[in-house]
Amino acid sequence: MKQPIVSLKEVSFQYDEQDRMALKSVSFDIYEGEWLAIVGHNGSGKSTMAKLLNGLQFPQQGEIVVSGTKLNEETIWEIRRKIGMVFQNPDNQFVGTTVQDDVAFGLENMGIPREEMVERVKDALKKVKMEAFLDQEPHHLSGGQKQRVAIAGVLALRPAIIILDEATSMLDPRGREEVLETVRALQDEKLLTVISITHDLEEAAKADRMIVMNKGEVYRQGIPAEIFSMEEELIQLGLDIPFSVKMGQALRLQGVNLPNRYLSEEELVTEIWTSHSKR
Amino acid sequence: MMEKMIFGRYVPADSLIHKMDPRSKLIIIFLFVCIIFLANNWITYVLIGIYTFFLLGLSKVPAKFLYGGLKPVIWLVLLTFIMQLFFTKEGSVVFTWGPVKIYEEGIKMGVFISLRFFFLILITSLLTLTTTPIEITDGLEALLNPLKKVRFPVHEMALMMSISLRFIPTLMQETDKIMKAQTARGVEFASGPFKERIKAVIPLLIPLFVSSFKRAEELAIAMEARGYRGGEGRTKYRLLSWGAVDTIQILILVVLTVLLILFRS
Repeated sequence: MKQPIVSLKEVSFQYDEQDRMALKSVSFDIYEGEWLAIVGHNGSGKSTMAKLLNGLQFPQQGEIVVSGTKLNEETIWEIRRKIGMVFQNPDNQFVGTTVQDDVAFGLENMGIPREEMVERVKDALKKVKMEAFLDQEPHHLSGGQKQRVAIAGVLALRPAIIILDEATSMLDPRGREEVLETVRALQDEKLLTVISITHDLEEAAKADRMIVMNKGEVYRQGIPAEIFSMEEELIQLGLDIPFSVKMGQALRLQGVNLPNRYLSEEELVTEIWTSHSKR
Repeated sequence: MMEKMIFGRYVPADSLIHKMDPRSKLIIIFLFVCIIFLANNWITYVLIGIYTFFLLGLSKVPAKFLYGGLKPVIWLVLLTFIMQLFFTKEGSVVFTWGPVKIYEEGIKMGVFISLRFFFLILITSLLTLTTTPIEITDGLEALLNPLKKVRFPVHEMALMMSISLRFIPTLMQETDKIMKAQTARGVEFASGPFKERIKAVIPLLIPLFVSSFKRAEELAIAMEARGYRGGEGRTKYRLLSWGAVDTIQILILVVLTVLLILFRS
């Protein structure tokens, strides 16, 4: 069994100006090297979760432990070195005037010597395939490219965990694909734990494991196949199930024999074109 | 259009002036603004003129960009010239036309002051034409660094400047988008009486302000998540390098200063 790298124990959180709890005694573990998707509709508490994990807010009750260190006011900077975050709006997290300056921003904050910075910046940009854009200014980049630069900025700090907080929700389909491919490649390559917080189930379908949030509580957790099998329930929670799952459902209603509940479009296509020869 | 106003300033070229350290350029400009007041006769003005054209020549910046910098102030220069011409009443009378008398000293002062204006504007626009805004920011930060001792927030100022520079194009694009959106809703920005046009700016400014505040907040969170906690213990990625050219340029300026002091009357 893999070690949990992050564990939440009975975490509760309430915003000052609200009477409703944003999170109600939430507990779960995140394991090293996995891709975990946290899904839920607006107000389900998933964004609050992201803020808690990175110490931007502190829980009123319960505790969060990141690779053995309990998260509190004193350890927050240490923990932020281990957790990198990519936010929703590509423009509002781009600090530098050029691509390389932006990637270097986090390194400058850590006081890394310049020679090492130059190396790390190049290295990180190569990993997200943006090395040709070193001196490009942000307004000449597409949303997907800016998010890849943001990922490079996180990678340069060599964290153990990367949190994508709705990082693809403002991108066009191509940009989304670019970003998710980059993240998948990074996760395959080395032990980078990915936590993606999203309302896009297509994106969540790519994860190893999913957590469904509803009204500040963990509604369900499991592998994507299990989660998508509760089709009707998901729709009731305000989540839109992926097209391929809907398609599979419709085909079954038409009497097509599909034994599994399929996840990706590709898998569905394979199943359909091989179904005849199987019989 | 607006983008050109601010970013069309920098003209990339491979020249000695472009390669100079922004610190030395800033020092030279500062000193130049001071020593230009030493000039008070034909020889000294010629010296300053030679120096100005020497720098312009080195910079390889095409003349039309320099003219672009001069254009907005030509009227101001002309006005001061005319003022000097009519109101200086020294020396012999050169020209009389009814009650108007033009004196020799008036012509001289008019020409001198106009030249002073032109040289100042040429040299200062040379700075923005050959140095990117971010280089200027870095240069200023380095030069003002000693002020940290008296608690002047040098790092914060420089960061604010560089973030503003980074967001100018973003906000321009946003302004453009809001303008189009409001035009689609029937707001007219370009026509109508002056009062109406001023009023039309309000539905443009308010959304722009609201979104800027939102951006600022998100940016602050993103910066914090990336470990930003002020200037303490921060290293710098962009490097300033002082070369032989910078020292030589400063020396040339010192020589000019000495010559000006020797030849001024």
